[in-house]
Amino acid sequence: MTDITHDTTDLIEPRRGIVEKGWEWARANLFNSIFNSILTLLITGFIVWLAVPLFNWAVLDATYSAPNDAACKARGGACWAFIADWYKFLLFGRFPEVSRWRPALVILIFVAMMLLSSQARLKGKHLLTMWAGGVVISVALMFGGFLGMPYVETELWNGVPLNLLLTVGGCGLAFPVAIFAALGRRSRMPAIRWLSIAYIELIRGVPLITVLFMATVMVPLFLPTGMTIAKLWRAEVAFTLFFGAYLAEAIRGGLQVIPRGQYEAADALGLGYWRKTWLVILPQALSISIPSLVNTSISAFKDTVLITVVGIFDVLGDVNNAMNAPEWRSAYWEGYSFVALLFFAVCFYMSRYSQRLERSLSRARPGRR
Amino acid sequence: MAVQESAKPQTAGQPMIELRNVNKWYGDFHVLKDINIGVRKGERVVVCGPSGSGKSTMIRCINRLEEHQKGQIFVDGIELTGDVKHVEAIRREVGMVFQQFNLFPHLTVLQNLTLAPIWVRKMPKKDAEELAMQLLARVKIPEQANKYPGQLSGGQQQRVAIARSLCMKPEVMLFDEPTSALDPEMIKEVLDVMVGLAQEGMTMICVTHEMGFARTVADSMIFMDQGQVVEVAPPKEFFANPKSERTKLFLSQILSH
Repeated sequence: MTDITHDTTDLIEPRRGIVEKGWEWARANLFNSIFNSILTLLITGFIVWLAVPLFNWAVLDATYSAPNDAACKARGGACWAFIADWYKFLLFGRFPEVSRWRPALVILIFVAMMLLSSQARLKGKHLLTMWAGGVVISVALMFGGFLGMPYVETELWNGVPLNLLLTVGGCGLAFPVAIFAALGRRSRMPAIRWLSIAYIELIRGVPLITVLFMATVMVPLFLPTGMTIAKLWRAEVAFTLFFGAYLAEAIRGGLQVIPRGQYEAADALGLGYWRKTWLVILPQALSISIPSLVNTSISAFKDTVLITVVGIFDVLGDVNNAMNAPEWRSAYWEGYSFVALLFFAVCFYMSRYSQRLERSLSRARPGRR
Repeated sequence: MAVQESAKPQTAGQPMIELRNVNKWYGDFHVLKDINIGVRKGERVVVCGPSGSGKSTMIRCINRLEEHQKGQIFVDGIELTGDVKHVEAIRREVGMVFQQFNLFPHLTVLQNLTLAPIWVRKMPKKDAEELAMQLLARVKIPEQANKYPGQLSGGQQQRVAIARSLCMKPEVMLFDEPTSALDPEMIKEVLDVMVGLAQEGMTMICVTHEMGFARTVADSMIFMDQGQVVEVAPPKEFFANPKSERTKLFLSQILSH
């Protein structure tokens, strides 16, 4: 990655020591007044007070290989031996051991797609195709049952691939739902408007756990006898409905700031409702709502860990299960740090990606309102 | 479209646009009171009047951006009713230019022009782009085709907006205070385009305070006040000896500076 904001003066000025330049910068920014100097010292002290023990715990005193947590206790630091011993289970859960390369490949596919998405060369249409294709291929890989890969039922789909698939699949399916709900909420037809409002407000008014329980526990009661839908798909429907309501509100926020003149100009050209909406209003509304859409997607990704409550084991569920092993009973700090880092990496990436997207959109259309 | 053909028994003397006893209310507020206007094909009409007189509302009724509650409006022989097909048929034939330009900011100038021809007239993309470039040349900004509206000056944006309307090959053009949002030095470039249009025989209704433009171009002047048509006259007569006191007062205010 190249830093576009780098200072060009160091190309012109004769080279000076980095220490000298650093000191000048610090004097100008950190010690430019008595109050700022005190503040700088205080904050530095606080960081040191926090970072040194953390570093000792996580690196210096850590144990990287040990048979059980008792062996770690002696050294007092982090017990990464637990992660080293159990990482396959944390990532893939109860997925049959011989086939674990499949969920591993799914994770790789998702990482590759995330990296490819930040390539400026790829256009929206291609990205959409890529993600849709990636999700389909991933689901096929998880299932197996072809090309000599043994079939694996959804009950055994655990760990990180589940979080990734639930997020992307859920948001992907929720997006069209959200567009129609957002448009419906602004419709002049009362039936459509009230239906949209009812959907959005009902879903937003209850916790995700409730929706998950409804989908997994109550839906089977209404199904005809003999008909079953795998618990995972029921949960996916719940996520879709839940994310859809929140995405709808994000999109509605974008719709609200489109000036009335845009609608009138499209009307005056005779575009009609659907063409006006798809060609003029939505493209503008969606690009305005990017920050809140990404925000919703980030929460969606984090929300997928709630699936544990209905007995489907995602990465957090796997960690909890792993700590049931008698030899690693006290390794929860390490287990949860592992999950936290994983989630932070993905969420941070998403947030950076949205910032870049906003910048490139505003560069493409200067003077945009 | 079937609607157009069946509802268009046009005869020579029939007006292009006709308003019969049109009334409109915003709640209790009576904005348009018994408006009767006829505009022949090729006629240029300038509508003026103090702000709040209902002149913008009146022309916005002609392509149903506003709904009238009483009376009848005919455009090219088709009556404007709640019927969506009639409304869309009329909007295809009537171009409109707004005070605030209302260009689509997410599309380039060229895309702004070709959007409606491609999607409404089903014109092949290549033909639409050719037509668009011709019209951009006519409003004298072909070199801006690939810029976004936000990169253009107000005068340029308004000329693009005129070209965008012309791309639909309208029978009638409505102008709703096209120069009111412009800096003074840009007004002329827009008026020049409008004069050119008038000379080519376009049927036009312009709401404007540009009295110089009205004098050169208008076949007839309409003065509105408090939701009523107060005076209709050819421009010579209208400026030389207005009949009504209200017209005299308005003209003295608008021409004094």
